[in-house]
Amino acid sequence: MGIRYFVNINMNTFYFIAFLSIFFSILVITAKNPVHSILYLVLTFFTFTVHYILLNAQFLAVVNFIVYMGAILVLFLYTLMLINLNKDSEPVKSNMVKIAAVLGGGCLLVVLVGCLKQVGVADPVLLKDPGLGLVQNLGKVLFNEFLLPFEISSLLLLSAMVGAVLLATKDPKPKSV
Amino acid sequence: MELGDIIIKFILVVIIFAISLVVAMYSTYAERKIAAFFQDRIGPNRAGPWGLLQPLCDGAKMFLKEEIIPTNASAFLFIAGPSLAILTACLGSAVIPWGQNIQIGSRVVELQVADINVGVLYIFGVVSLGVYGVMIGGWASNNKYSLLGAIRAASQNISYEISMGLSIIALLMLTGTLSLRELAAQQHDWHWNVLRQPLGFLLFIVCAFAETNRTPFDLPECETELVGGYHTEYSSMKLGFYLFAEYINMFISSAVMATLYWGGYNYPGMDWVLVHTGPTIGPLIGVIVLFAKIFLFIFFFMWVRWTIPRFRYDQLMDLGWKVLIPLAIANIVLTGLISNYL
Amino acid sequence: MESLSNKRKLIESKPLNFWERAYLPAIISGLSITMKHFFRKPVTISYPEEKREFSENFRGMHSLKRDENGKERCTACGLCALSCPAEAITMTAAERQKGEEHLYREEKYAAVYEINMLRCIFCGLCEEACPKEAIYLDGDIVPADYLRKDFIYGKDKLVEAPLNQ
Repeated sequence: MGIRYFVNINMNTFYFIAFLSIFFSILVITAKNPVHSILYLVLTFFTFTVHYILLNAQFLAVVNFIVYMGAILVLFLYTLMLINLNKDSEPVKSNMVKIAAVLGGGCLLVVLVGCLKQVGVADPVLLKDPGLGLVQNLGKVLFNEFLLPFEISSLLLLSAMVGAVLLATKDPKPKSV
Repeated sequence: MELGDIIIKFILVVIIFAISLVVAMYSTYAERKIAAFFQDRIGPNRAGPWGLLQPLCDGAKMFLKEEIIPTNASAFLFIAGPSLAILTACLGSAVIPWGQNIQIGSRVVELQVADINVGVLYIFGVVSLGVYGVMIGGWASNNKYSLLGAIRAASQNISYEISMGLSIIALLMLTGTLSLRELAAQQHDWHWNVLRQPLGFLLFIVCAFAETNRTPFDLPECETELVGGYHTEYSSMKLGFYLFAEYINMFISSAVMATLYWGGYNYPGMDWVLVHTGPTIGPLIGVIVLFAKIFLFIFFFMWVRWTIPRFRYDQLMDLGWKVLIPLAIANIVLTGLISNYL
Repeated sequence: MESLSNKRKLIESKPLNFWERAYLPAIISGLSITMKHFFRKPVTISYPEEKREFSENFRGMHSLKRDENGKERCTACGLCALSCPAEAITMTAAERQKGEEHLYREEKYAAVYEINMLRCIFCGLCEEACPKEAIYLDGDIVPADYLRKDFIYGKDKLVEAPLNQ
């Protein structure tokens, strides 16, 4: 019931959503106002959610929805709102930075062109098990086959958290000897 | 899906939408009336008998007020803010099971718009989106008070989402399903989850207060410090949308609490009633029971509002991060231990 | 330093015990207090329909009295206007004509008698000043209105209704 019906809708939906994701992600980098670009990023992530649903990965879709759209981007927006967006407070970029940016962008372009030369049309993806993305199956896979990497990645997150707390706390005053 | 099913779903959606709007409308009336009773007053009593037409008058007033968009506001986002707020508020009602399957003529109708098998997470996602309306509106107003309100809303919602999620996890460990339909069906008769998860429910209701920005967590619109908070610059129906969204949120979160913890449409002795009233009337009684629970929760929201003063901001953060999250984690550990070894 | 009065109180703030820190008992007692009020009778008096009883020496709208035969008592002596600290009262005197004996008690009467209710402070000095016991502030609350000119009350509003009507 429900979402699973969408899977059978033809490829046109996919192409439409894919177009939207690319369209919005281009808007993210072209938007002048950082807050607008974050809002376009929200829309981009929303189209990703739809992609997950089209792939019948409901759990991933909802988690993407909650974590990226609902939490991380809210924090992005939160920090951007505090930035003074006036024109005159914009830092002046030196020529060195501009040259470095051109070089970096040029490298990226070379890589992209190189990749595109290799691209061929792949076979359409077939889901062998349509229930693969459901919570139950995902959980079973995560906690049996991939238990070790799963736990290690959680350790990684924990260490990142501890590091953030350490950075955020003020230095204690040096004790007088 | 055949055409008949689609039509029935469509009718169901319209009914649920209408009910949420009417409940939200009359919540404003109930809020004023209940506030009056708590303060030994009478409350609105001039428009219609017992003031029952008051919400209609308020609505008409909202529509007829002048639309103001501040000169330096970004107009598109200024309008998008309240629209988003009310959109995300209404989205939540899609996965709530309003009752058992009901038989109308020869057709069996599900009283749920969509039975997603990650329904709990869906609700959670919609709730987490709710803050965008407030943030966008607050930022687009180009007013420092609105911006402060928006920032408060964002940090508050993110902080309390964590403990809300953790409190649900303890519940899900016991039930083993994310589908709200199954969750409701499991609590048949009197096997309500609140009996198994009292601490979890307490955490959940505190977080629900914070997520709906109700007192004592209404710092985003704290009028003593921030004039009007995020809706300082709003007027007319755009302000109405914000206020409406708050009441719809309250309705939906009451429905979610009733479904997750208080048995949804279940009530003791429902099998006996179902046998004696038949497959059409019986489920309807369940729907009425669910609505009774929802209204009790809405009353509780208002009762708390007129009892408890607002938190200070640091108290709010302390409560969220230093009390609720550790408690929620302890609740998870306890639930795991008890369900494994007892 | 010694305190001047004995009213100074030292307030100790003890650290909260566990139940106080949990706040829940306090919240529940607060909720029960508000719930008690929920069922209490409202103290509101819905004004135009219900009226609170006035005290005996309440001073409301003025009325110009008649004597036992229904004649107006006022002789337009002007003492009330003189005594009025807000200068709210004005009047024009006129001589009683033949055939008007049943209307006015003395041979001089007030043809025009106006009180500006926006100026009046309801002090009651006019009442005390009146030698003929013609004016009393025994009426109701002066009602609200939209225009300033409507607050200037003439004889039509001030004089008591005739006796046998």
